[in-house]
Amino acid sequence: MTNVLINAPKTAKPGEIVEIKALILHPMETGFRPGTNGKIIPRNIIEHFVATWNGAEIFRMEMSPAIATNPFVSFFAVATESGTIGLRWTGDEGFLVEERVAIAVG
Amino acid sequence: MKIVIPSEARDLSWSLKGPSACGLGVTTMPVTTRRAFLAGATIVCVLPFASAHATPEAMAAAIKEVVGAGTIREGKVKLDLPPLVENGNTVPLTVSVESPMTPADHVKAIHVFNEKNPQPHVFSARLGPQNGRAVITTRIKLADSQKIIAIAETSTGQFFSASADVIVTLAACIEDVT
Amino acid sequence: MKIAQVAFGLASVFAATFALAQGAADKRRSGYQDMGEALQKMQGDDTANPGMLFVQLGEQLWSKPAGAANKACADCHASGSMKSVAARYPAIPKDADKPIDLEGRINLCRTANQRAEPLAPESRELLSLAAYVAFQSRGQPIAPPSDPRLGPFREQGGEIYRRRQGQLNLSCAICHDDNAGKKLAGVTIPEAHPTGYPIYRLEWQALGSLRRRLRNCLVGIRAEAYAYDAPEYVALEIYLMDRAKGMPLDAPGVRP
Repeated sequence: MTNVLINAPKTAKPGEIVEIKALILHPMETGFRPGTNGKIIPRNIIEHFVATWNGAEIFRMEMSPAIATNPFVSFFAVATESGTIGLRWTGDEGFLVEERVAIAVG
Repeated sequence: MKIVIPSEARDLSWSLKGPSACGLGVTTMPVTTRRAFLAGATIVCVLPFASAHATPEAMAAAIKEVVGAGTIREGKVKLDLPPLVENGNTVPLTVSVESPMTPADHVKAIHVFNEKNPQPHVFSARLGPQNGRAVITTRIKLADSQKIIAIAETSTGQFFSASADVIVTLAACIEDVT
Repeated sequence: MKIAQVAFGLASVFAATFALAQGAADKRRSGYQDMGEALQKMQGDDTANPGMLFVQLGEQLWSKPAGAANKACADCHASGSMKSVAARYPAIPKDADKPIDLEGRINLCRTANQRAEPLAPESRELLSLAAYVAFQSRGQPIAPPSDPRLGPFREQGGEIYRRRQGQLNLSCAICHDDNAGKKLAGVTIPEAHPTGYPIYRLEWQALGSLRRRLRNCLVGIRAEAYAYDAPEYVALEIYLMDRAKGMPLDAPGVRP
């Protein structure tokens, strides 16, 4: 069961720079750790994180096995218009999570 | 030459598998380069490393893939990491780059590298004037005390970098892997 | 997929005010105070604290019916009604004579009231529920019940705490009473007050219980950890909670 915590303001003034934070539950198994049987535990990470504002991409991050378990990202965006901030995580084993938060700009 | 690659082969960019990665006869490139952002799924052969662990040389090579022949300047980039880390599993990191973030002059990408984890990449982020501020915070894994390098790429084609040395300590009371 | 709103209706961003909450005369230090600034910031922001992912899960599970009785926790306990519960555990439940910890209490409700299978120890569900309950006591002072029957268990806990064990022949007291505040492997030795449980321990990269942490300690001093369900852990917890009486809870804590 995927679990996400998002912190984005509900309102903003036009042109205001807002901080968007997102935390997602994910093992981020590096693919370098041996299990108890001595065999390497297969890699299972989130590879891409993409944020959109009313569909337009505003931020993209390519993650590596060096990103910590339960990845946290914070970035900034200029508030342009009211609408939806979309967040999308994709990765190994067909991992795909999409979340949306509404923001009112005005 | 643009080649669409199956998802298993993309692993090669992070895993530094060595000679076998280049024996395929296709050009492979780590997904972190500019060209990869634009072209999508081309990969370029990384020098085959005999060791399975990153080294300062591996980090330098990974940086070169991104920067190419460009000069890296000091300044403008600030890398915030705790100097002493209680646990390398989750280390908070903030990269901030001084930039007007206008359409004419903004940070296009931020790349972070490490020198002692099994592979040299940490993350690559793509930004633009729509961000207002070129500041990213995340949490990373550090396998050992080491140097971290952040490189910012601007829309005017310049590269700026900053580095930080981090000491990673181990928890005193750990559990056996069960 | 639920997105947590920043306020669960209880607290928003948690500002550490331990010194104020405890009172100036109290010199005891929680594990939070012994951590570096970066980790304190990680704990302090509810939307960045990884333990909060589990609190959110616990909140979701609270409303999920379970068992033959098809009841959810929320059917008897309104969401948000668990304030100060975590501060007064372990306790001896009604019609019983042995104390149980918070996870034991949750499982007792599962079996007796919901008529469901108990949740597996250290399972995500059990820890999430415990985290959700403990979170509602955040800021509350630890207040062990005044039940006189807890006395012998508390004494047993104290005896274990002071007992030398394992190949290193160390007792809990040697590190956490005599040497607290000094460094061990680059990290400050904490006084070992269980104020933040269940904690998101960076070493585990997951949420875990006090019991799991105590087992780590035993392994750390090269002693044989007691069986997972041994009563020693509850006795130790009773002793530690009494020792930490009055200190504010800060669950879910982030710890190295």
